[in-house]
Amino acid sequence: MTVVRKTERLLNLLIMLLVQRHFVSKDRIRAILYPGSSTDAFEKMFERDKEELRSLGVPIEVGQIDPFFEDEPGYRIRPDEFALPEINLEADEAAVIGLATKVWEHARLAEATTEAVRKLKALGVAVDVSALDIVQPRLTADEPSFDVFWEATQERVPVEFDYVRSGQHTVSTRHLQPWGVVRYSGRWYVVGYDTDRQDERVFRLSRVQGEARKAGEPASYDVPAGTDVRSVAKRLAPAPSTERVVLLVRTDAGHALRRNADEVETGVSGPDERTGWDRLVLTRGGLGMVDELLGYGADVYVVEPAKVQQAVVDRLSAAVGSGS
Amino acid sequence: MSPAVPTQLGAKDQVARLLTLVPFLHARGEVRLDEAAAALDVPADQLVKDLKVLLMCGLPGGYPGDLIDVDLDALEGPEADGVIRVSNADYLARPLRLNPTEATAIIVALRALRNGAKDETREIVDRALAKLEAAAAEGTAAPRIDPGDAGADADLALLAAKLQDAADRRHQVLLSYYVPSRDEESERRVDPRGIVTAHGFAYLDAWCHSAEAPRLFRLDRIDRAEVLDDPIETEPEAPRDLGDGLFTTATDTTPATIRLDPAARWVIEYYPVEAVRPQPDGSLEVDLLIAEERWLTRLLMRLAPHARVVAPPAYAEAFRESVQETLSLYV
Repeated sequence: MTVVRKTERLLNLLIMLLVQRHFVSKDRIRAILYPGSSTDAFEKMFERDKEELRSLGVPIEVGQIDPFFEDEPGYRIRPDEFALPEINLEADEAAVIGLATKVWEHARLAEATTEAVRKLKALGVAVDVSALDIVQPRLTADEPSFDVFWEATQERVPVEFDYVRSGQHTVSTRHLQPWGVVRYSGRWYVVGYDTDRQDERVFRLSRVQGEARKAGEPASYDVPAGTDVRSVAKRLAPAPSTERVVLLVRTDAGHALRRNADEVETGVSGPDERTGWDRLVLTRGGLGMVDELLGYGADVYVVEPAKVQQAVVDRLSAAVGSGS
Repeated sequence: MSPAVPTQLGAKDQVARLLTLVPFLHARGEVRLDEAAAALDVPADQLVKDLKVLLMCGLPGGYPGDLIDVDLDALEGPEADGVIRVSNADYLARPLRLNPTEATAIIVALRALRNGAKDETREIVDRALAKLEAAAAEGTAAPRIDPGDAGADADLALLAAKLQDAADRRHQVLLSYYVPSRDEESERRVDPRGIVTAHGFAYLDAWCHSAEAPRLFRLDRIDRAEVLDDPIETEPEAPRDLGDGLFTTATDTTPATIRLDPAARWVIEYYPVEAVRPQPDGSLEVDLLIAEERWLTRLLMRLAPHARVVAPPAYAEAFRESVQETLSLYV
C-alpha cells in the first residue's frame, strides 16, 4: 500500500463520517472504502485507520444506528467537535502568538506549538513573524523524564520512577499521581500525590534516575479541585538561592538596579551628604552580584545582606593593598 | 519525505497537512504556491504532491462531481500561473481543533512569555490566551503546567515590531535610553531607520537628533519608546548592514595598559584588545584603546582586586580614587 493510497482512504473515511448527519454503518463503510477486502483484512485496516485519525485528534464517535438493534454499531464525526472554533485575533495578539513558536527549546513541544500556529493560520489568522529573529528559545526541558511527566499530567496516569533525594546517595523507587509540572528557579519539578507516603510531594526532575515509567491507565485519578501546582511546589521545594538585597543608591545613579527593584524609597539619609540617596530593595541570586555592585563604585552602598557588604569591603581593601 | 519513513506515518502526516492546507486556501481564496509553502513551512513540491492526493478524495459515491477539484494546470505545465485553486471541499473549510498536546504547548509557551514581561505585553498576551483557551480542546492540562519565567524577550520583540512599524511609516520616535558605561538614562528624539541584529543583540538604527548623527540603540536598553505623530526630518535611509565593523575604532581614544590576574582573564575574550602579554606570575598585561575613562574605571571596579592600571598614570589615579571613595562609605 503506497502512502498516497492510504492517505486517500483515511481522508475519504474522514469526509464520509464528517458529512453524514447520522451514524454510518460498518457495512456501508466497508462497501465504499474497503471494497474487495476479506472480513479479517477489513476489520484490521478499519481499526488501524480509525486509530490513526483519532491520534491526529479527529473525534470519531461510535453509536447505535438503530436504538432497537444494539448489535449494529455506527460511526460519525460531529463537525462542531471536529473543527477549530472561529478565533478573531487582533494584530498584536497574532504577534505574540507568533512569538510563542520560538519559546520552547524542546523539539516535540516546539513542533506542537508550530502545528497549533499552522492551524490558526488555516483559520485565516495573519500571524506576524517579522520580529521572530530577536527571540531566543528560553524554555528548556532537558531532563530525560520531562516527557513522561508532561504526558502523565495530561492523561492523569500514575508514574513510577527511581529517585535520589537531595544530599543523599541511595536510590528509592517512588510512585506518584502527577498533578502538574512546574518550572521554578530554572528547574522543572513534578508535584503530585505520593501513593507510598500517602501525601503530596514534589520531586526535582533532574534527580530522577533513568527512565520514568507510566504505571497505570489514563484518567485513573483526579487532581484535587483547586490545586495550584505552583504554590504546592513553592511550599514543598527547597527555597531557591535568591536573597533580599538592600542598597542605598545616589539620586540619579544605578538606573539598571532601579529597573529591577522591588521597592524604591527616595530621599533617605546615606553614608555621605554629597548627594541625595534612595533606598532600593531587590531580590537577587548570589552569582555575580558583588561584581555588579562594585561596578557602581561610590554610587552604591550595600546595606544587607551582611556577607555581601563584607565581600565588597574585602575586595576593595585588597585592591588598595595591591597598589591600585 | 524520506523513503525510510514507514507508510503509516507518511500517510498520517499527509492527512494532517491536507487538513490544514484546505482550510488555509479556503480562508484566503486564491493563494500562490510559494506563499502557501512559506506560510505553512512545507516544501512546494510536497504541497503539489499533497494536492494531487486531494483529487482522489471527496464525498462517498465516487461520481466525478463528488470529488474535490484541484486546478493542476495552474501548478504544472505551460499554462501554469502558480496559483492554487481548490474547490468542492467546503466541508473541510475549518482546520482541526488543537489536540491536547498542541493546546498545552502553545498555552504554556504564551504563559512563559507573559511571566516576567512588562505590563503592556502581559495585557496583550492575556487577550491572546483568553481567546486560545476558549478554542482549545477539552482536557488540556495547561493550567497544571507552569513554566515560570522565561525571560523578557516578548517585550523586545514587540518593541522591535513597534519601532520597525514607525520606521516604515516614517514617524519620529522619542526614546528613553540607558547608557550603562555612564549609568545614565537619557531622552532622545530619533528618526528610525530599521531594526538590525548583530552579535546576538538587536538594535534600532536611527538618526539621533541629540547627537546629530546616526546612532545604534540596543533594544534591551530602551526603557520607553513613544511613536510620535511628527514625520521624520532626515532623508529616509535603509538601516546599516552590521555584518562587520559595528564597533569601528573610535577616533578619540587613549591607549592604556592594564594587568589582569588569572581570575580576570575572561576580559580579553569580551573586549577588543590590542595586545596581550602573559607574565611569569600567570597574570596578563593587556593593551586596550579606551574611549572613556569612566568605562575603564567601572570595569576595573567590577574586577577588583584582580585588575590594575599599568599606564597611563591618570587612569591608575582615577581607579585608585574610585576604590578609596567607595571604601570610605563603609569605614
